Amino acid sequence: MAGGKMKADSKLSGQAYRWIDERYGVNALVDYMGHKVVPVHKHSVLYYLGGITLFFFIIQVLTGILLLVYYRPGAESAYESVRFIISDVSFGWLIRSMHSWSANLMVLAAFLHMFSVYFTHAYRKPRELTWLTGMALLGLVLLFGFSGYLLPWNELAFFATRVGTGTAGTMPIIGEKLLVIMRGGEEVTGATIGRFFGLHVAILPGVFIVLLSAHLLFVQRQGMSEPLEWANRPTPEKKQMKFFPHFLLRDLLVWLIALNILAILAVFFPDGIGVVHWPLGTKADPFAPPPPVIRPEWYFMFAFQALKFLPPHIWFFEGELFGIVIFTVGGLVWALVPFLDRKSNAGQKSKLFKLFGILVVLFIIVMTILGYILE
Amino acid sequence: MPMRKLVFILAAAALLVACPALLAQENNCLECHQSFEDEDDGPSYKIVRDVHSQRGLSCADCHGGDATLDDMDEVREVKGYRGVPSPLEVPNFCARCHGDASYMHEHNPALPVDQLDKYKTSIHGRRLLGKKDTKVANCISCHGVHDIGSAKMPHSSTHPLNIPQTCGKCHADEEYMADYSIETSQVNDYAQSVHGIALLQRKDLGAPACNDCHGNHGAAPPGVTSLSAVCGNCHALEAELFNSSPHKVAFEENDYPMCETCHSNHKIVKPLDDWVGTMEPALCINCHSDDDGTRGFETADGISTAITNLVVAHREAKSILDEAIEKGMMTTDEEFRLKEVHQALVQTRTLIHAFNLDSVADKAEEGLKKAQEVEANSASLIDEYYFRRKGLGLATLFIAIVIIALYVKIKRMG
Repeated sequence: MAGGKMKADSKLSGQAYRWIDERYGVNALVDYMGHKVVPVHKHSVLYYLGGITLFFFIIQVLTGILLLVYYRPGAESAYESVRFIISDVSFGWLIRSMHSWSANLMVLAAFLHMFSVYFTHAYRKPRELTWLTGMALLGLVLLFGFSGYLLPWNELAFFATRVGTGTAGTMPIIGEKLLVIMRGGEEVTGATIGRFFGLHVAILPGVFIVLLSAHLLFVQRQGMSEPLEWANRPTPEKKQMKFFPHFLLRDLLVWLIALNILAILAVFFPDGIGVVHWPLGTKADPFAPPPPVIRPEWYFMFAFQALKFLPPHIWFFEGELFGIVIFTVGGLVWALVPFLDRKSNAGQKSKLFKLFGILVVLFIIVMTILGYILE
Repeated sequence: MPMRKLVFILAAAALLVACPALLAQENNCLECHQSFEDEDDGPSYKIVRDVHSQRGLSCADCHGGDATLDDMDEVREVKGYRGVPSPLEVPNFCARCHGDASYMHEHNPALPVDQLDKYKTSIHGRRLLGKKDTKVANCISCHGVHDIGSAKMPHSSTHPLNIPQTCGKCHADEEYMADYSIETSQVNDYAQSVHGIALLQRKDLGAPACNDCHGNHGAAPPGVTSLSAVCGNCHALEAELFNSSPHKVAFEENDYPMCETCHSNHKIVKPLDDWVGTMEPALCINCHSDDDGTRGFETADGISTAITNLVVAHREAKSILDEAIEKGMMTTDEEFRLKEVHQALVQTRTLIHAFNLDSVADKAEEGLKKAQEVEANSASLIDEYYFRRKGLGLATLFIAIVIIALYVKIKRMG
């Protein structure tokens, strides 16, 4: 009986597959996937970082949609609704905790993914656009973090957003206008929540999905980048594994491990831990004195601390403005590396860009540590 | 030559401008007195710290005479010279200005001008002006002399923090007070009281000092009937409840002071819950017994039981809530509710003053219900904590099985 049923099932799914293939030519795609390979070498583990980032993004979307069911933007309702989610909604605490943890882990994974691509020179021709879309995606991830931080409308979020938007307001030419657009006025108010909420749940996800699709399409079309050393290696000497199902199953394994780690963190530390924490605390009060320590999220700390180190005036620039200009120029140089690093495009390692990358990593690590020590 | 002329003209002009100012500031009193007075304690030195001096008054404004004269004997002969007043003269000496509304309006409109009138009604004033008893306090006994400060100034003897010490100069001096049959333990007792600890240790200027109960210029010990008004100034609700209670009449009939009977006077310590009840150390049994023909004993027992139950319920609720907090659960609502329990406890304790068992029991019941809610909800939160861990354990087990299965599959595929 059971064998007969399985046969019937198999027959049914086969018919369905043929029905779809007739109309959409799925066979060609499956065939393409079947031929796709992934290089196997000592740094292959780095290939999983992009997938992990994607996994945390999926978690973000799912938990974000669930939070949307109860979250109510507005100065009079945002804090109350988040409190309601945590204390009264079944598993609301878990959803919020997973959303916050996966947000932080996504930023971490995205940074690691970017640096792994950078140091393996995987950005080189023909993957310039993959790098550029990746950089844009990282920028969007940071904007997600910045806009989401204010949404609970608690004391810390309020003052951190005031500092953050204030810093953006010092930008040359567009600074003042940008500040008013971001805040919905001169000050951080309920109007700011509305704007950040719209940005967080509509604009950013829309743009993100488009860029992510392009990024994934590029990766699928071009495949994983091979190490530079393989440039002159004959094909039979290149160790590879099939993307489907070998790499995909490994990817799934990594995702499951990430899911378990996420669950453990969310249950044991629902409000985060150490410098990565998001206790709801007290409701934002624009008339209350600011808390003694106003700190941004950990991934903005290096920039925050670097700006604090700058003197009030450098030549005829304001110190903070000077810092923002330097960061902007630095970011542009970083984004344009595939076009600037001609050596790696020619299949050679570039010591200059390696040194530049190491300096950037050291700068981020040292400034972040100093930011927490000196506060 | 032209340069010399210019210097001469400028010097002459400066002299013309400066002379009237110099003449106006001439105060020969200070010049002479400072030549023989002690630099630390001499009036002519202390006067610079004095509020009167700081407001532009000179020696002659109080003592009379002519400050521009060089000879002291000539000064004494000037019409209006008042010299140093005797203790009997001091109140009127000060009241020349402080009782003059139009004069005070020019110098310090915020200051009242009825000090002398009040002083005359005080025990000090009556003894000084009536019985000519010069040992009692007059103006300078409390305010000092020549270094008088506003009560707002921390160095002033009449600043709230310094009042107990100022009154204690006489009232804590056994030898000085020996003639008056007044105890001298008040300042020491006050320092140990809730009021004294608040004022002297916590520097809480809202806490009462001696003058807040006894008055200042009209100082008098509150009588049995006026005591409720004195304490009721701050403890208004307690006074109102007491006045509506059966004790009001009973205390009056027996000449028991209203608040003092239970709370003492100067050494008012924090009241304890077991002051109410039918067993030691309850105060109720000082007057009531189970066969005294009143409902007092029964009421005391009922109130004691209601409060004890609420205190225990609050403690137990807090204990279980603390456990939930320690486990990192979201307890904001329960913490708020526990504050309501505490508030109910405070209100129940306040209602004791009405000595009405029903009202106390009702309020205590309200607190008890909230405490039970806190306890039940906190227990649920703790259960939830373990549920989360069990859930995580199951999820981890399931994920681990899938991971192992996947791993085996991958290994088999090679």
